[in-house]
Formats: sequence, structure tokens, C-alpha cells
Amino acid sequence: MGFFVETLIGGLMAGMLYSLVALGFVLIFKASGVFNFAQGAMVLFAALAMARFSEWANIALGGDSLFLANLIAFLGAGVVMFIVAWIIERLVLRNLVNQEGATLLMATLGIAYVLEGVGQTIFGGQIYTIDVGMPKDPVIMFESLFEGGIMINKEDFIAALIAAVLVGVLTLFFQKTPTGRALRAVADDHQAAQSIGIPLNRTWVIVWCVAGIVALVAGIIWGSKLGVQFSLATVALRALPVVILGGLTSVPGAIIGGLIIGVGEKLSEVYLGPYVGGGIEIWFAYALALVFLLFRPQGLFGEKIINRV
Amino acid sequence: MSRKIGDVILDLQNISLRFGGVKALTDISFDIREHEVRAIIGPNGAGKSSMLNVINGVYHPQEGKIFYRGEERRKMEPHMAASTGIARTFQNIALFKGMSVLDNIMTGRNLKMKTNILLQALWLGPAQKEEIEHRRKVEEIIDFLEIQHIRKTPVGRLPYGLQKRVDLGRALAMEPQILLLDEPMAGMNVEEKQDMCRFILDVNDQFGTTIVLIEHDMGVVMDISDRVVVLDYGKKIGDGVPDEVRSNPEVIKAYLGAGH
Amino acid sequence: MIYRENGQFKTTYAADQQIFTIAQDKWFVLGLIAFAFIGVPMLADEYMFRAILIPFLILSLAALGVNLLVGYCGQITLGAGAFMAIGAYAAYNFMIRVDGVPLVAALLLGGATTAALGIIFGIPSLRVRGLYLAVATLAAQFFCDWAFLRLGWFTNYSPSGSVSISNLSAFGWAIDSPVEKYLFCLLFLVAFAFFAKNLTRASIGRQWMAIRDMDVAAEVIGIRPMWAKLSAFAVSSFFIGVAGALWGFVHLGSWEPAAFSVDRSFQLLFMVIIGGLGSIMGSFFGAAFIVIMPIFLNQALPALGSLFGIAISTAGVAHAEFIIFGSLIVFFLIVEPHGLARLWAIAKEKLRLWPFPH
Repeated sequence: MGFFVETLIGGLMAGMLYSLVALGFVLIFKASGVFNFAQGAMVLFAALAMARFSEWANIALGGDSLFLANLIAFLGAGVVMFIVAWIIERLVLRNLVNQEGATLLMATLGIAYVLEGVGQTIFGGQIYTIDVGMPKDPVIMFESLFEGGIMINKEDFIAALIAAVLVGVLTLFFQKTPTGRALRAVADDHQAAQSIGIPLNRTWVIVWCVAGIVALVAGIIWGSKLGVQFSLATVALRALPVVILGGLTSVPGAIIGGLIIGVGEKLSEVYLGPYVGGGIEIWFAYALALVFLLFRPQGLFGEKIINRV
Repeated sequence: MSRKIGDVILDLQNISLRFGGVKALTDISFDIREHEVRAIIGPNGAGKSSMLNVINGVYHPQEGKIFYRGEERRKMEPHMAASTGIARTFQNIALFKGMSVLDNIMTGRNLKMKTNILLQALWLGPAQKEEIEHRRKVEEIIDFLEIQHIRKTPVGRLPYGLQKRVDLGRALAMEPQILLLDEPMAGMNVEEKQDMCRFILDVNDQFGTTIVLIEHDMGVVMDISDRVVVLDYGKKIGDGVPDEVRSNPEVIKAYLGAGH
Repeated sequence: MIYRENGQFKTTYAADQQIFTIAQDKWFVLGLIAFAFIGVPMLADEYMFRAILIPFLILSLAALGVNLLVGYCGQITLGAGAFMAIGAYAAYNFMIRVDGVPLVAALLLGGATTAALGIIFGIPSLRVRGLYLAVATLAAQFFCDWAFLRLGWFTNYSPSGSVSISNLSAFGWAIDSPVEKYLFCLLFLVAFAFFAKNLTRASIGRQWMAIRDMDVAAEVIGIRPMWAKLSAFAVSSFFIGVAGALWGFVHLGSWEPAAFSVDRSFQLLFMVIIGGLGSIMGSFFGAAFIVIMPIFLNQALPALGSLFGIAISTAGVAHAEFIIFGSLIVFFLIVEPHGLARLWAIAKEKLRLWPFPH
């Protein structure tokens, strides 16, 4: 029982990280109808910027304050992600207004290639570390409840906490601020939003920027866990089932979908994996999402589709 | 008029349709006779299009029965309705934008094309023969609708009035028993309307096709239809020959608002 | 010889339903095919065959398959790489498990197996559409990646799923040299392109396009969505499966699952979008672009660098390739979202009027 709960909690923590990446997808899809395959590349790009800025700042500061170096690096990487968002809007999105979904999808794949290339050219293509002072040691909890207690990684715990806070902030941002309202209006109907004076281009920059920040946070967390390397870009593919499970347009969907996928993956790998040779977590997540889709084609929280003719 | 109105071909009994909590249709009953022109009228949002969607199986009503030629119809998908001889056109033109006029109308022949996929891949005798045979039929429809000059044009490039005509052509290619027309004259100018009226009456006259028509232009409705059913807020408020409906106080109220 | 259709009158429907309704088009394409069979083997060297021509032919075939599904039936797929893998491994299993099965039969059986599985992986398309479907097809990709790596039976229990095939021969013709391999693939491609063209101008093709353009209206005029979509998945998978088998057998000779990764799926989708959705010709353009571009960059970048006295490292070239490739894709999508095939059509239109454009 203790082991089961441990797996479950591990799954929830991993799920929180998936949610974070999925959130990036959802934000951009909501505001611009673009299914952003470059989200993974953005995570890689942001993490690379963070890792190298922190390294350089630390050297410049003489290695005195890791915290200050990280803060500078975080701000720097934030600015970089803003510039990325601005360039993408300027050069790509603006020229592809009203194109079909498949075309936009392809364009984001193109963007992904460019980001991966540029990121590695500027920041280098080796494996880097991000050290934001996350505690790495595990703690044992609930010893009274289960025999031997449950081992939880403090790092995972903090990461999940950060993710949860970020989600909360974003929800508030979308529901309560004028900018958030504008973003929702644009998501609903581009032309109607434009006609009441919401600047389409600016909202897109904002939303890609927000997605960039989300990618940065995801990049920092994944990066400090696994190291910053090229494979971070594939995180996006791991998070896709989350998006279709939760619905492309739903922020809560991304969160809950992430948790379901995280738990499903871990449980399947632990309890089902040994019988079929292991390594099933990635397709299992997809299969889970698929089975679910067959019953609710619009996802967990997506809007119901009614055909009008 | 040489045509003769026959027996009831489609009988709708106590149809109710809901979307979630929204009632689109409430307890509606009416019938359609063979060879007649039956109009459905009513203000916007009265449930006219929903009614057509129920008839050809796009929507499934929660309550009510539908009898087709005296037999009760089971829950039915649109393609099954099509194979029993129900065709339709659309309020917002629903042509296949990427295809030419000819190909659009050819899709209407789909139900009647039988060669298998292997023969089609090899373009062997039977497949080619079938293609030519149906092409001949489609050319007749193209002649009938007077759209010869645009047969190879992609439909996306056509003006609105012609698109409506192609939409009708595609439905006619099915050689339907019942033809459902959803606002065939919306957005047309007077000449286009006259053309369309002529086509509708010719179809009814020459092929004996039963026609169910939604239309807002009262002049047209009163002119060409045999019987009219009036809907308002998803309920039936009138049914009968044009003159009856015209003098029905409830219908007048629905159209002109209370107080008149 | 001017490109004109004047004086070419069609007096029968059969004449109007030909593949090339303009005589010049017909002669041009026939000439091109003749050149591919006779001229190219005389002109190209071994490197050309290995690095460019054979990959181009096989990937064109795969792109044709993807285009039937995505371009004609409107069902986006990101699992084409997996279907190539299924074709390759299925053909391999027929080859080693069935005694004396001829090469061509094994390849076609590989395609048939892919078609059967394509139908199964196509089932989600009945419920979900668009981007949801695209993601759903990724499930096929990751499942196949895993299955060929972990389930030993498929790969005859070879470590890491790596298998090989040698001594190819068909009808007593040993397919050894690059020229022979090229001709073998070319035969397949020409035949399959002919099938694809026929399907798209016949009733089944119209059903696919109807579903693509307006699925509700298609259903209302009596097209069964299930039949239309699943038949598109089956035919498309058949093409892709045969291409996958050719890729493994003829081009690679020995391969492992990584040869058919998700990158391959993306690559195939790129081909049809850059080439032109819903265009047979476009599939060839797209495949040519995607095959030649990296080779060109690989050659051109270091040369360009040395011209300015900069030595570009191998990693640098790889990164630059990423950037240029990505930018080109975005550039093409912006300039001509309907792909190279549209540019081709416009050029033909212009040529028809030349030299009197008004």
C-alpha cells in the first residue's frame, strides 16, 4: 500500500510538470488557434538561456551569490523569451493570419527547428546544469500511516508547488485582468475582438510571451532535474496527450489532464510494464488519452461541438 | 399543373428536440404528401432548420416518431436517410469548396456508383464505363440548371447565386424522392429568385419530386407551395393551404408581434 | 512547340476524363517518365543514386500515400513514419518466415499488413477530427516505436530491433547495383502514382474530398463517413507501407526502428504541405525539396564558410541546417501556403497565355 501511494504521488508530481508544458500549448491555442509544436523547443531554448546566463552571471559576480546570478539569469531569460515571442509574431504569425490549422501547425514545426538551431548556436550544444538551489534529498513522510513511510523527493514537491502557484496566477490573470479578458475575447473570435478595438498583434505577442515564461519555468524545473540538453525539446511530445485529454482550450483541463497522465504513466510502468518488457509509459499516455477521446471527443473540459447546418 | 398530389409520404408525429436544456422543437406533428410543395415558415430561430435536420437524420429527436411511406423509421444517420431518397440543400452553402462544379454534382451520384476500389485504382473497363454513364446523367442536370459554362470551375470561385444552383444540382443528382430546400432564395436578387423558383417548380413538375421548402420571402412561399406549416419558438402554430395560413390570427401575431 | 490547347476538341466524355486533358501535358509527362527510365541511368553516378535518387523515389511514394490521406481526405496524420515501419517489418517477416515468397509479393504483403493496421489506427478519426486526430495518430507512432524495439517476435529476436535483408531479386532479376535498385523503385513509383491519380479522379476520390471539404454535407448526400475515412486510411497506409518496405529492403538494407521515428513522420507531412496538399504532382515536388535541401546545405555551408575564411564545425553545420531548414519551411508557408504544386499550376497558366498575356 505504501508503495502504491508512493507511486501515485510520484505520478502526481510528474503530472504537474506535464501540466506546465501543456499549459503553454493551451494558452497559445486559446488565443491564436495555433497548435504550437514549438512549445518543446521553447522549453529547451528558455532552459539553455537560463543555464548559460546563470553560469555567465556567476562568473561576472565572482561566484559570490548564486541567488543573485540566478535572478539575473531568470530576468535575462525572460527578456529573451519576450524577444522570441515578438519575433515569432512579427515574422511568422502576422503573415499567416486566417491560414488553415495544418499550415499553422507546420509553421510552428518550422519555428521549432529554428529555435533548436539558434538556441544551440548561441548557447552551445552541450549538456548544462541549472542549479537554483533545489534540495535534492528525499524525505520520508506518513511513517505512522504506512510501514516504512513514503519517500518523497523534496525537489519534486517544490516543483509541483511552483507549478501550482503558476497555474493559479495564470488563472487569475485570465479571469481578472483587462489583458486577460482581451486574450479571452481574441480566443473566442478574432474578427469580433478586432472590431471592438483589441489589437490582435499585441495580444499575440503577450500570449506567446506568457507561454515563453511558462516554458522558462518548465525548463528550469526539468533542467535542474535532468540537465539542460537537446532531449528537453521532446518534452512537448510527452505533454501532448495531456492537451488532448484536457481539451485544447481549457486551462483547468491542462492541469487535471496532466495529473491523470502523470499518474497513469507511473502506475502503468510500475504495474503493467514488467509484463510487456517495460518502456510503455510514453505510448500508454497516448492510449489513455485516445480511449478517453473516443468517449468525449472534445476532451475533458473542451466545449461540446454541435454541428450546425 | 399536371402533377397530382398523392398519399402521405412522410409523417412526423410529436417531434421534440432538445440541446441540453434548450428546446429547439416541441411536440411538432405534420405530414408531407407525395409530389407536393410543402413550405415551412416562421421567424428566425423558430426551429425550421432543426426540423429539416431531423428529417434527414442530422439531429435525433428525443421524442416522436417518423413514418416514411407508412413504415416507422428507426434512428437514422444522414447517409441512411440519403439512401432512402431524401436529399437536401443548405442554408449556408455547404458545397465542397476544393472541387469543381462537375465533381460536386458527381458526388451526388455516389450512392448509385458500385464499382469497387480496385477497379477504380486500375481505371479498368467497368469503372470507366460507370464514370461515363453517370457523367451523362450529371450533364443533363447541368443543362437543366443552365450552368454548362462553369462546369470545370472550382465552386469557391463562383458567385453566391450560382453556388446555390450548384447546391441544388448536387441534391438533384441523387434523384431524390423528397428534396429538402433550406432557404434556397436567401440573399438573391429578384431575377435570381425567379430563376430558382422556376427550377424548383420544374423539378416538382418534371420529376414529381416532393419538395419541402424553408423560405422567408412570403410572396414566393404563397405562390409556389401547396401547403404551409408555420413554426414559432419551436412550436407549430399553423398548418394548411396558403390562404388558411395567411388568415390565421396566431401566425399574424407571430410575424407582426403582439398588439396588432 | 507552344503550350496551347487550341484545336484539341473533346468529343466524348471518356476523352474529357483523361488524366491529362491537354496533349502537351501528356507528352511532357510521358517524356519525363521515359527519361527517368532511360536517360537517368546513363547520366547519374553512384552517389546520385544512393544519396538522392533512390531516397527521392521512395519518399515520393510515401508522400503520395500521406497526401491521399491528408490532402485528399483531410485527415491529418503524424504517424506516417510508424506506417513505414510496419510495412518494412511486415515485409521482413513475410520474407524470413514464409519459404520462397517472392520479393515483390513480400513488399505488397507488407503494404497490405500496413493497410489493415492503418484501418485500426484510423478508427479515432470517426470520433475526433483536426488537431485532436493529429495527436491521436502520434499514438500509433509511439506504440510502433516501442513494439519494434521491445517485442522480439517482430524483429526475429535481434538485439535493438535491428534487422537486415540481402540478395534481393525479383523475377530472376538480381537487384544489386544502385541502377537496378533505382529502376526497381521507379517501377513501383510510376505504377502507384498511376493508381493514386485514378483513385482521385474516381468516385472514391470524390468521396474523400467531400469528407475533407464539408463532412456534414457529404454525409447528407449519402457518403458514409466511416467507409470514406477508413478507406482513405487503408489506401494511404498501403502506399506508405510499401514505401517503408522499399526503404528498408532496397535503400537501407539493414535497419532498426529509429529509421522510422517521429521525425520521419514530420518529414513526410512537410513534404505534402510544401509540395501541395491534394496534388499528386505536389508529392513529388515536396519529396524532392526535402531530400535535396539537407544535402545541398551540407555541401554549401562549409564551402560558403571557407569563402569568408570561417571554419564551420560539423555541429555548427548541423545547427545551421536546422535554422535554414526551419526558416525555409516558414518562408514557403507564408509565400505559398498551397505549396509548390500551386506555383507549378500558376506557371502553366501563364505559359498558356504567353506571349499574349492580355
